[in-house]
Amino acid sequence: MVPFVLATIPLVLSIILINTFLFPGATDTIVSIGPLAPTWTGLTAAAQATLRVLAFALSVAVFSLTTPTDDLLTDLERRGVGRRAVFVIGAAIGMVPRLVERAGEIVDSQRARGLDTEGARWRRVRGVVPLAAPMISSALTEVEERTLALEARAFSAPPRRTTMRPLPDDSQQRALRWGLLVFVVVAVAASVSGALGIP
Amino acid sequence: MTASTPAPRLSLRDVSYGYVGTSVNVLQGIDLELAEGRIVGVVGPNEAGKSTLCLVAAGLAPLAIGGRLDGTVEQDGVDTRTLSAGDLGQRVGILFQNPVTQLSGTSVTVYEEIAFGPRNLGLPLGEVATRVEWAADLVGVRDLLPRDPARLSGGQAQLVALGSVLALRPGTLVLDEPTSQLDPLGTRLVGDALADLAAETGTAILMVEHKTDLLARMADEVVVLVDGKIAKSGLAAEVLADPALPALGVEPPSDVRLRGALAEAGISFDPSWGPASGVQAAVGARE
Repeated sequence: MVPFVLATIPLVLSIILINTFLFPGATDTIVSIGPLAPTWTGLTAAAQATLRVLAFALSVAVFSLTTPTDDLLTDLERRGVGRRAVFVIGAAIGMVPRLVERAGEIVDSQRARGLDTEGARWRRVRGVVPLAAPMISSALTEVEERTLALEARAFSAPPRRTTMRPLPDDSQQRALRWGLLVFVVVAVAASVSGALGIP
Repeated sequence: MTASTPAPRLSLRDVSYGYVGTSVNVLQGIDLELAEGRIVGVVGPNEAGKSTLCLVAAGLAPLAIGGRLDGTVEQDGVDTRTLSAGDLGQRVGILFQNPVTQLSGTSVTVYEEIAFGPRNLGLPLGEVATRVEWAADLVGVRDLLPRDPARLSGGQAQLVALGSVLALRPGTLVLDEPTSQLDPLGTRLVGDALADLAAETGTAILMVEHKTDLLARMADEVVVLVDGKIAKSGLAAEVLADPALPALGVEPPSDVRLRGALAEAGISFDPSWGPASGVQAAVGARE
């Protein structure tokens, strides 16, 4: 949970600073410090925007912490999402650690041939260029080989794929899901109609 | 056709093939037959068209990659051009060089990886489980079933990839340098698994392989491919002992090279000698 909240810090900081000090048209100054004039209106707007960002970050956190990727894909497939779509999602998620590993290998091999990957920042930035080309070309080559290997393993066969393990889904979970859906609809309706008093 | 001469598992007749966007045919006039339980090795220099031959024999060219195919490629007497991807997968399996690219990249366990093909066919769960265990036992990876496929050694990953193909129970297996990235132990493991497979299940195997020592041990027949054409073919022992092999860009097996070296040194060699005692006796005779 903490990393998700930490990831929002740069965005939240910029929201607070820009809104508090530069809110257009606001005149209710909290305190004047030389040319700086933070306003109550700006601070309120910043607090609202921060809550929205946090709500978004925490919803992503709850989803990723409670739902193993494998379970998500299995359930999507069970609910009739096409095998290609499910495969693309799974492969994209699975590719991240492999790309990181490959990047490490390429950096090591280029360092062995004298490329400066440490030291001054501009040198390191320059080192990204020779890293990107082999990364992309090797990833594309892999895609071609993998496509053929998958095709040979009946990936395009027409029948619906066998579900390996039915996920437990009891009446409480179903009730909670429907309850949350109803809550979202009611909350959005109340917010849009102005009943909640949120601008 | 009588019952004693069944249709070959794989048959290529006057096959020529060219890739999309090129006018040159990479394969020209290939005739090849592969009967049940037979292992045919394919050797040749680089750029000879060996990998293309694998794609054509497996039906992936032109089905998956397009291109021009002339002549006929038949699996169990059925033209591969008339087969769908699902049918093709059950008739012929293909294994490539790089074990990493053959794993789906979406499975969290080796078990799920091997189950990938049978699941694509929509088989009942019990049948999927039976096939996974059968294939895992056949290639000796039962202990690896709960492991993460991304964390296997090269040899283990190649065995898992082989098991994943075998789980579709293809009658024919096409292998494109299956041991090129494996160490001697991995090579032996894969070689033994393939020899057992052909002997126990009657699977016909077409195998491109640079390691002629492995072919000398496993293959019934060997085909030499040069510039997209078959330059030589016949029984493995005869083709691999052919003195013209080095000129065609193929390194003969080590025992053939040893005999050649002995003959060059003027040492008489009795073919009935065993490999080790033969050398000792030959050296002794010289002294």
